[in-house]
Amino acid sequence: MRVSTIFAAAVSIVIAAAAAGTAQAQAPVKIGFVGVLSGPQALLGQDQYNGFMLFVEHNGGKLGGVPVEILKEDSQLKPELAVQIVQKLIEKEQVPIITGVTFSNEMMAIQKPVTEKGVFLIGSNAGPSPIAGPLCSPYQFITSFQLDSMAEGFGLFANDKGYKRVYLMAPNYQAGKDFLAGFKRTYKGEIVDEVYTAMEQPDYLAELTQVAAAAPDAVFVFYPGAMGINFVRQYNQLGLIKKIPLLSQGAVDGSTLGALQDAALGVYNGAVWGPDLDNAANRQFVDEFEKKYHRIPTMFAAQSYDAAQLISSAIAKVKGNVSDKPAFMAALAAADFPSVRGDFKFANNHFPIQNIYVQQVAKDAKGRVSLETVATPLKNYRDTYAARCKSN
Amino acid sequence: MTTALVIAQLVNGVQFGVLLFLMSAGLTLVLGIMNCINLMHGSLYMMGAYLAAAAYGQTHSFLIAAAAGVLGTMMVGVVVERLVMSRLYSRSHLDQVLATFGLILFFNEVVRIVWGPAALSMEMPRLFAQPIDLVGLPYPPYRFAVLGVGVLVAGALYLLIHKTRTGIVIRAASANPAMTRSLGVNVKLLNMLVFGLGAALAGLAGVMASPIVAIQSGMGEPILILTLVIIVTGGIGSVRGAFYGALIVGVVDTVGRTFLPMLLRQLLEHSYAQAVSATITSMSIYVLMAIVLAVRPQGLFR
Repeated sequence: MRVSTIFAAAVSIVIAAAAAGTAQAQAPVKIGFVGVLSGPQALLGQDQYNGFMLFVEHNGGKLGGVPVEILKEDSQLKPELAVQIVQKLIEKEQVPIITGVTFSNEMMAIQKPVTEKGVFLIGSNAGPSPIAGPLCSPYQFITSFQLDSMAEGFGLFANDKGYKRVYLMAPNYQAGKDFLAGFKRTYKGEIVDEVYTAMEQPDYLAELTQVAAAAPDAVFVFYPGAMGINFVRQYNQLGLIKKIPLLSQGAVDGSTLGALQDAALGVYNGAVWGPDLDNAANRQFVDEFEKKYHRIPTMFAAQSYDAAQLISSAIAKVKGNVSDKPAFMAALAAADFPSVRGDFKFANNHFPIQNIYVQQVAKDAKGRVSLETVATPLKNYRDTYAARCKSN
Repeated sequence: MTTALVIAQLVNGVQFGVLLFLMSAGLTLVLGIMNCINLMHGSLYMMGAYLAAAAYGQTHSFLIAAAAGVLGTMMVGVVVERLVMSRLYSRSHLDQVLATFGLILFFNEVVRIVWGPAALSMEMPRLFAQPIDLVGLPYPPYRFAVLGVGVLVAGALYLLIHKTRTGIVIRAASANPAMTRSLGVNVKLLNMLVFGLGAALAGLAGVMASPIVAIQSGMGEPILILTLVIIVTGGIGSVRGAFYGALIVGVVDTVGRTFLPMLLRQLLEHSYAQAVSATITSMSIYVLMAIVLAVRPQGLFR
């Protein structure tokens, strides 16, 4: 035979062997990450990504022993864009898992398009009540919380503290109204007034003057993002923090304390996780996050870190075979991972059964402004909407 | 509802109005003289706040930060005027809206790229840190500083416009731009001056607001909307209109937000009043604007 023929045969054998070799190796599992990565709320989505990737990188780019490819997409807080993104991820990239999802309106837009295609939705922040209740899907797994539970916890906290007259405030949209309704379900005292302010309102002096005049025992508010920063800052400027306790949600968490600093000291916050929770997984998570980012992790990072751990434990259980959907679903539902919250279980609607804590803004051991857990009004709490989830 | 509360809310309304006046004065002149709709005026407010916060971070002096904010914003305004606005004066209003809207998006991204997405904060000057007692209610004294600065600026603007040569030229250009041009006034310089002045005022508004509100990308838009309502209500091109319009809008908005719910609760059943009052109060200033436009379309003081 001629040399060129031998050479061609040799090359073909090498190529065939190589192809056979790679057919044995695991193709990376693609996971779509959809979050708000731009605009004023970018810190939330960014921290969800940071928390998720912290766990992935800690495990050498693998989850459950299998290499993963995280496809990062920015939903820009636009539900219609989020729908387009998930459609692209499912149809073009054929992802079996989508995670992240920062805001409730985005979650409401994408939950059905994702779950009805049999794609697993591991949400690590938004947890709107319809998907906790009647619109639940077995393909959804939420590692954050159902917002109303915090309000219900605060109602019990207010009862315990003996606050007889409470003043309620929230922005004028559905989440605000739902949240105040949650408080009223468990609080037994008198509601002095219930005030709804305009969305993105920058100045609350007029409303706070009313509060000062009404002199309630406590004020309970839901003000996420910049609204929270403005509200707490102006509450502080009137000297009210020391006089009238401020029970808040969304106003003094990891996303706003950076801007508020000392102005927020003494304000209460509702949470399912705190940097001071005492378990091995949390200590490791907080240490690693602080080493990498030089700041205390936010709850968004913690929830997303747990999402990564959850996916990892499930992939390990099915030995990388995520296309076996019933098996993978059962593996996810088992929630067999060391959560940074301690014990972790899913309810029938695949929302967590967890403790609800009340935290207070205080300086930690290193003198940084942080959140200190001061009460646990609800232990191993299943959210109120789980009973309405019939399909799971 | 006590007298003390009414007084306190009126003070709130007036100081809010005065802050809005700083924004409206510049915008009404730009629209009146150059006949140019400038939507990025809110972005100048945002730049004033950001530059002040950045300068404060370096120097820890509120006065230096305020100067940096005002002068910096004025320079930004002049650059924008030379590069973008001067090309828009002869274009249609729609082109101006599109171009200046693009500038809003541009500045929102610029501040995010330079300072990050998380909100910045500005410390309250120590002089005003402790709340004072106003007719029995706690009140932040800084708001009186805002009121004072606003009134001083209004006075200075009045002197500029009514007692100086430059002021005469500005008033002439506002009343009849074409005639002023043909009388040999250096229109390019005048436009730059007016825009720069408007930018400086917007920057000052941003500086004054910075200890009160979160400084972040997009903070100018809510203020821009109120400013547009004010200049339409007060009369385009009239600084006097901007002043009274701003006071009216400030007081109507504040009183609407605080006393209208009480009134509605007297008239309607409780839960219905709750649902309706939040929506109605946010509409109150637009209803006012609609009434003014229906009765006197050129504005109240033009």
